[in-house]
Amino acid sequence: MNKKQSIILQRTYIILIFCFMYLPIAVMIAFSFNESKSRSNFTGFTLDWYKSLFHNEMILSALGLSLVLALVSSVLATVLGTLATIGINSMSRRTQLIVNNISYVPVVNPEIITGVSLMLLFVLAQNFGLGGEGGLFGWPTLIIAHITFNVPYVIFNVGPKLRQLDPSLYNAALDLGCTPRQAFFKVILPQLSPAILSAFLICLTYSIDDFMISYFNSGTMQTLPIAIYSMTRKKVSPEINALSAVMFCVILAIILISNAADSRAYRKNQTAIRKAMQEEGDR
Amino acid sequence: MMKAEKLFAGVLAAGMLAMASAPSVWAEGETITVNDDISVSSDYDWTRFADDNITLNVYNWGLYISDGSDDSVDVLSAFEELTGIKVNYTTFDSNESLYAKMKSGGATYDVIFPSDYMVGKMAAEGMLAPLDYENIPNFAQIGEEYLGWDFDPDNLYSVPYTWGTTGLIYNTTLVDEAPTSWAALWDVQYANNVLMFNNSRDAYAIAAKKLGYSLNPASVEEVETVMQELKTQKSVVQAYVMDEIFDKMEGGEAAMAPYYAGDALTMIEENPDLAFVHPSEGVNFFVDSMCIPANSNNKEAAELFINYMCEPSVGLVNCDYIGYSTPITAVWEQLDDDLKYNEIAYPGEEVMNNAEVFTTLPDEINAALDSQWSEMKSYEEGGSGWMVVVLLALALVISFFNIWRKLRKKVRDDY
Amino acid sequence: MLKSKTSRWLAGPYLVWMAAFIVVPLFIVIWYALTNTDGQFTLENLTQIGRYSSVFARSLILAAVSTVICLILAFPAGYFLSRLRANKQHIMLMLVMLPMWMNFLLRTYAWMTLLEKNGLINKFLGLFGIGPFNMINTSGAVVLGMVYNYLPFMILPIYTAMTKIDDSIIEAAQDLGCNIWQILWRVLVPLTGPGIATGITQVFVPSVSTFIISRMLGGGSNLLIGDLIELQFLGNSYNLNLGSAMSLVLMVIVLLCMSFTSSFDESEMEGVV
Repeated sequence: MNKKQSIILQRTYIILIFCFMYLPIAVMIAFSFNESKSRSNFTGFTLDWYKSLFHNEMILSALGLSLVLALVSSVLATVLGTLATIGINSMSRRTQLIVNNISYVPVVNPEIITGVSLMLLFVLAQNFGLGGEGGLFGWPTLIIAHITFNVPYVIFNVGPKLRQLDPSLYNAALDLGCTPRQAFFKVILPQLSPAILSAFLICLTYSIDDFMISYFNSGTMQTLPIAIYSMTRKKVSPEINALSAVMFCVILAIILISNAADSRAYRKNQTAIRKAMQEEGDR
Repeated sequence: MMKAEKLFAGVLAAGMLAMASAPSVWAEGETITVNDDISVSSDYDWTRFADDNITLNVYNWGLYISDGSDDSVDVLSAFEELTGIKVNYTTFDSNESLYAKMKSGGATYDVIFPSDYMVGKMAAEGMLAPLDYENIPNFAQIGEEYLGWDFDPDNLYSVPYTWGTTGLIYNTTLVDEAPTSWAALWDVQYANNVLMFNNSRDAYAIAAKKLGYSLNPASVEEVETVMQELKTQKSVVQAYVMDEIFDKMEGGEAAMAPYYAGDALTMIEENPDLAFVHPSEGVNFFVDSMCIPANSNNKEAAELFINYMCEPSVGLVNCDYIGYSTPITAVWEQLDDDLKYNEIAYPGEEVMNNAEVFTTLPDEINAALDSQWSEMKSYEEGGSGWMVVVLLALALVISFFNIWRKLRKKVRDDY
Repeated sequence: MLKSKTSRWLAGPYLVWMAAFIVVPLFIVIWYALTNTDGQFTLENLTQIGRYSSVFARSLILAAVSTVICLILAFPAGYFLSRLRANKQHIMLMLVMLPMWMNFLLRTYAWMTLLEKNGLINKFLGLFGIGPFNMINTSGAVVLGMVYNYLPFMILPIYTAMTKIDDSIIEAAQDLGCNIWQILWRVLVPLTGPGIATGITQVFVPSVSTFIISRMLGGGSNLLIGDLIELQFLGNSYNLNLGSAMSLVLMVIVLLCMSFTSSFDESEMEGVV
């Protein structure tokens, strides 16, 4: 087999894999424009399903709830996780190992177990009278559950970055008269911020996408995935296809924008470096 | 069964009454018009919670209310408009999952829609709040023959919402001859072409009827015999479904399936190839009710909601959309003739005489039913013995492999 | 840096959180698994699980099959992707991750419509006079759903490991007379060991515990461990104690799987060094 053939083979394989991955999505998007409710016959073009999707109060309120929940729990998880990372970093090796291993539990444990174990905890707490008359399940349980599965991602994202930091920077700040607090906010935090931001974004997406854990802890609330689940169990309306198409476009847009921003930042960075080097050279 | 006979007589009487006297209860008195289709009685204080910022958590069966989809009337938003009370409407797919969600304490609801036997079970376990009929004057609209059933003899806890029967839905293009018996669901010629109820009580009822038992098991042994029958059915069944049945039957994915009569009407409307029969062995007659859980925080507002649901105009649009039979006399009177005298929705005497109601089972039998159900669902045709053996072997191989690796590593380290 | 005693306190809130919402819930699961409804100690829940051994076996086998298929599909994909030009790699990676970001219920639902008897695949095959096939509501459909949903989790770590392999290593092997299979077994597989191990866990664990895929594509008769647990907690057979016992067994299975892959990981890492 010569090189050209092997390259063609490689390309074909990758294209086939992508076909497999995108076929269902493409079908859903195509059928979101289908006039009839049929899931296998394309009868004509319409945008009606999009119209009715944007008037579907159940989906809209579920979406709103999911967004608020994701935002609140990600912010809290990021703060909690960042503080924890700094604290863990200053512990002894042994304790670090223990804490990290326990933090791994929600990451590696099947989601269903995280879900039911939290549910049992909340049920017990409720039986002890926590949460008052209205019961505990609802916002409090959802937020706690989401923070719980989000924090480890913060720790494992920010942790490595923190260990990479040059310790002398912090010490220099102290030497130059900063209080530890100032040194933290003015020196450490800015350097960690890219890692913190990416951790925050990871939390956001996990939180919006989570079904399993929310399913057991949502009480009477409906997050978007739960609403979708209840939709798929009923007579399915093509609205669900429209919803998929919208979600796909939104995600695509986010990825493209972040990509563009990335590459621009990269280019900027490169120019800055070049400039700095030039200046260095000039001197 | 006695009850069902009484019921049939009642329907008949109501029918004759309707023919004799045209003006009915709801024509009297003033009404408040909410929208084109919904107007409610004006001598009820609908707006007393308007300023309290209340949200009612309503937990109903999927596809069991006229919710505005498919150009139907949106009953819930009309309620919000009328009363200023918000409704958080969510759905479940079986009585048992409703029970599990409430029993675990996983959620607090204000209005729930359990079926007959579940009302009895929940009432017995103190999970329901007694209703204050001062707040539900429309209770008077409910036909007498739908009240006072064994699961709640004095209607202390429940107001009937709809009633109906189970039966067999089949696709006329996919069956050779129209089935008349539950046994068709066991027929190997329809292997992989049959859908089955995905909840223990309804599935049990079918197997029990097929075997000639009562659908209320009297002993644990009886449960075992009937569940055995369900196990033998597994090779014929394509899927165990609840509301997924709509898409599957309408799309011609399966030849036949047991389901509720009201939903069958909806499906037949969608796909005229479908037909419905009440199998000769007898069917289940059920009453789905509205109840308020004991831990509801907004009991009075919940009662207001129930009263609203019993308004004839509301009952009518619901009935029109969901296809189930109504217990509200005034609603039945206003139905179109093709639904009013529909054999599927309002079956005749011979079906009703042969219909049986679920009773609340003793705990012991209930527990047996629940665990046998999970076991039936996990049962594998041809025995799974070999799978366990394969698995054990696999685990052994893996652990030996691991040990071998570790040993090898140790040997290497020793060098 | 920052290694002062005071900064240690910053972890305080998290440690409390961790104890309350990670450690305690697991102990509650164990406690529920070992008691009956009256709170008395019993082993009955665990012994009862024996009756559901077929479900456990089915879950493990289906998950293992999906993991193997994912591995077979992802390994070449990871390699080929890593050999593309850098800017192309970036786009391709995005394309791999994009479906992951879409709600998995929607993705699984899409397969439901494709696999149906009157679905698109059968319609398509019908054009050539083939079929119709019974695809939905079989264990094959469940495996397909698992592979489809979790394939990116296998491709990504393998790809990452592959990018670290320099072309020169492969060329060296070629020069030394290795054939394709030898390169595969002696060079690529050992060098991507950690990636493979991560991929296996990331595919196997969610596959073995899912209940959505089996419900949507398996028709409710291909019950998996996840379905069984869901049945006990929010489904038809309300029994928190039995459900906890099942969760406990599932956890043990996952731990075993993890220990297996991590030992794989270590020994291969050692080979690398």
